[in-house]
Amino acid sequence: MLVHSRRGKWATWAVFFLLFLPIFALPLLVVLAASFATNWSSAFPSGFTTGHYSVATRGESLQALTTSLVTALTASVLALVVGTWAALAGHALKRGGKRLLDALFMLPVAVPSVVVGLAILVAFSKPPVLLNGTRWIVVLAHAVLVTAFAHQSVSAAIMRLDPAYEQAAASLGARPSYVLWRVRLPLLLPSLTAAAGLCFALSMGELSATMMLYPPDWTPLPVQIYAATDRGALFTGSALAVVLMAATVLVLFAVSRIRTKASYR
Amino acid sequence: MASAAVAAPAKAATRTRTGIPSWVWALPPVAVLGTVFLYPLGLVVQQSFRPDTGGTSARAYADVFASTAFREALGTTVWLALGSTVGCLVLGFVLAVVIAFVPFPGGKAVAKFIDVFLSFPSFLITLALLFVYGTVGMANGLWTGATGAAEGPFQFLTTPWGVLLAEITYFTPFVMRPLLAAFSGIDTGQLEVASSLGARPARIVRQIVLPEALPALAAGGSLVLVLCLNEFGIVLFTGAKGVTTLPMLVYGKAILESDYPGACVVAVVNISISVGFYGLYRVVSRRVGA
Repeated sequence: MLVHSRRGKWATWAVFFLLFLPIFALPLLVVLAASFATNWSSAFPSGFTTGHYSVATRGESLQALTTSLVTALTASVLALVVGTWAALAGHALKRGGKRLLDALFMLPVAVPSVVVGLAILVAFSKPPVLLNGTRWIVVLAHAVLVTAFAHQSVSAAIMRLDPAYEQAAASLGARPSYVLWRVRLPLLLPSLTAAAGLCFALSMGELSATMMLYPPDWTPLPVQIYAATDRGALFTGSALAVVLMAATVLVLFAVSRIRTKASYR
Repeated sequence: MASAAVAAPAKAATRTRTGIPSWVWALPPVAVLGTVFLYPLGLVVQQSFRPDTGGTSARAYADVFASTAFREALGTTVWLALGSTVGCLVLGFVLAVVIAFVPFPGGKAVAKFIDVFLSFPSFLITLALLFVYGTVGMANGLWTGATGAAEGPFQFLTTPWGVLLAEITYFTPFVMRPLLAAFSGIDTGQLEVASSLGARPARIVRQIVLPEALPALAAGGSLVLVLCLNEFGIVLFTGAKGVTTLPMLVYGKAILESDYPGACVVAVVNISISVGFYGLYRVVSRRVGA
């Protein structure tokens, strides 16, 4: 409704798609096309094959996929517990305390992930807590990085929560723990699942901190993709990248299904 | 105001019934964060003052600041981040205005696609650009096919321009999301009135849409600036020796050279720049209420 003439509209849309398609759609299509190609030496890929996928779904690569899934799942659960707790506790605080808590929990977003990796490497490579060389150091780093996002989205949801429900429950004599479990958390369930999906997706694609920390027996998928492209196996790398994207989208889709169910309850 | 007055008695009731003040409940998560994040960060700062030879000195700082590699990395990081931010703001604004005010069938799907795009890792973009603009990629293939030349004109991928293109591609959706949210609050009646009074689209955008979008632009822009300063995956996948940013330098010093004091110094510099900008982002986004 900014542009009224038919010609103007078509011209605007043409400009939009001339910008949008090459910049956003092309990269994903290209990775998808490359994952099925044997050769790419001219304008378009040539030689159809599914061979890269059979490489990408067995042995080391399959292990990398399960590593990523397990890491992302564990890190999301940890982040969700800590982030939700902090958001609930922060909501009960006065203005200044809440601000401080918010700032503390958002700090991992501002600090470069490589530096988060370095910090965790420095701190947990010596006693009393020796985690370097174990898978737990990777899980821990991922949890630290995604907690900020869990905290942010849950505390935004708590702000929107109608206090009338919990007040009604409390005035009817429900204990605070009962109000929390039976009223507030169920009301927050849609945002909790949304936060879980966000944390999962972020952790699946995390590369920076992981590159600083991963032990040889716990290589997540992004590291595997980097290793493949670094040794020149671009097509295998693309197939692995498609597997990574597909796994992420599938989980996000499943989570959004749970979310619609939860919000209709 | 009213909701605060209603909430106050409920809070007081919670406190008296459990007998525990509410700040005690905030302690466990803060303790966890302190152990796994704040304490390690403190150790990084501490180690930056402790050279391998022992003792406490700022020698590592002097060494790092004197090295040309560090100065170049600092310059590259800052100009890449500023350039990407400007690019994202311009591109994001144009695309968001079209989606919001020149609606087309499938516009909702495009907005959904952008949300999904945000959940993919950044290095995918670099990987894709290798096929599009790489030495034997699509663009060069088209060129050599059309002109018969031995090699194509697109050789910028391993230069900072390749990183800039990848960062603009990846981070533009981060600007578009708050913009689309802000645009959904604009009363389209205003636009109709302006246009029926004879204002041209350019003037409507300048005088009505842009002022409404400024808070979202400021918030989105400073977030993108911080994310670009911290970006690692895109630069790592580019694999160019000529493009070194501060996060790359941290990785190189710590993992490839095992020079931990040096890595910690670069990390401290990187943290102070990013956290400084991030503080600015929080102030801006709170002031404008975005």
